[in-house]
Amino acid sequence: MERSEIETKMVDLLVEELGIEREKIAMGSKFEEDLEVDSLGVVELLMALEDNFDVNIPDEEAENISTVSEAVDIVAAKVNG
Amino acid sequence: MARRRVVITGLGTVNPLGQSVAETWKNAREGVSGVGRITHFDPTEFRAQIAAEVAGFDPEEYIPRKEVRRLDRNAQFFWAAASQALKDAGLSYDEDDPAALRAGVACGSGIGGIITFQDEVGVLRDRGPGRVSPLAITKIISNMAGGLASIEFNLFGPNICTVTACAASANAIGDAAEIIRRDDADVMLSGGAEAGIVELSVASFASARALSTRNDDPAAASRPFDADRDGFVMGEGGAVLILEERQHALDRGATIYGEVLGYGMSADGYHITMPRPGGAGAARAMQHSLRDAGLGPGDIDYINAHGTSTPANDSTESSAVKAAFGDLAYKIPVSSTKSMTGHLLGGAGALEAMLCVLAIRDGVIPPTINYETPDPECDLDYVPNEAREASVGNVMTNSFGFGGHNVALVFGPPS
Repeated sequence: MERSEIETKMVDLLVEELGIEREKIAMGSKFEEDLEVDSLGVVELLMALEDNFDVNIPDEEAENISTVSEAVDIVAAKVNG
Repeated sequence: MARRRVVITGLGTVNPLGQSVAETWKNAREGVSGVGRITHFDPTEFRAQIAAEVAGFDPEEYIPRKEVRRLDRNAQFFWAAASQALKDAGLSYDEDDPAALRAGVACGSGIGGIITFQDEVGVLRDRGPGRVSPLAITKIISNMAGGLASIEFNLFGPNICTVTACAASANAIGDAAEIIRRDDADVMLSGGAEAGIVELSVASFASARALSTRNDDPAAASRPFDADRDGFVMGEGGAVLILEERQHALDRGATIYGEVLGYGMSADGYHITMPRPGGAGAARAMQHSLRDAGLGPGDIDYINAHGTSTPANDSTESSAVKAAFGDLAYKIPVSSTKSMTGHLLGGAGALEAMLCVLAIRDGVIPPTINYETPDPECDLDYVPNEAREASVGNVMTNSFGFGGHNVALVFGPPS
């Protein structure tokens, strides 16, 4: 899967699943600081990623995700790896 | 020291008759039914296929989109009603406002987020524990509507939740008044909400033979005190009353709708769903509320009945009114607005309290619609079918919950 495709889908998920305004989202956005995603929201996002990309993201890997771009990295590595 | 007095300075509601106080009151005065075929799910296989739904409710009119999806529909209703009521009262609090420490919340709900409950049990069963939402519990628990109100509106005083089935929001109003009386707060956002028109609830109430199955004539299904009544009709929505210490309200020049005069409670101690025959429990709640108000049976100009349209409630409640008021019972108009709104369960007490306050303000008693055939066991003046203009001073509203919880509230005009 192309990275750009994952990025597009990631942004759609943030808008649809977490109710974040599309214009606020950049690849460098930090989930907690910039997008105001709290700890429950992070779990929701992980579940949405697992469902939509058919991947499994263990908690220890999820802990390293703080930006949108890092979430794309993890998904890309799993989908393409 | 004289008891602190509690007045009502703001109202808000979302219910089957309207999504504002004005729209609701107009429809209640005109005797409009809010009941129709269920649209929230396909009711084809259900015994009861009708309900009073809030049509076209858009939570984003009140709640940021990001928050909406974190709230069950019942909390969305409460939020909407709360935001209307605070605006009506002219009250708002910044996070560092010392007055916010003296403003609290009392919310009632019969069961909380049962839509979420049903959905997430489905997820657990079909997809396993790893897919259950981290928000499932926070959306289900009944107190969250009140918790969210404190977070959103900066209400840092007492914050409680009453869960006494169909008496829940009447208890919330009564408890809120007590909190102000005992000087724990100056302002209380009080009321409740329910959003229970979901397969699990409708199926269970229907299995319990509690619901009307007049599926072919929904608007006529909720017919309290009528001889042909066959059960209640589920409703949904919520209502909020802003209660305020009287001097506090006067000092800021607030519009005062009326005063909370009395709060009475009792338990039937009899059965999980059936009222105690003869209505002794309900009668005691009414008597306690009169005593608390310092009033006698002759001082009440209108009773908003619990009046569910179940065979057992309406005859028992009629007996209870007679037990509490004696011969005066025949002279007091008693109406059930559930004939129009359906039964909002945990939201019912607050909605009916609101209608009582408006009856006082405008001198209009809302009717019991669908009243056609008298029942010998229900022989009071039920204000049949048409609203009635009358001088309305003090009013009582009854709320009774499964489990035998009986609550009566008494309201009076501003003075």
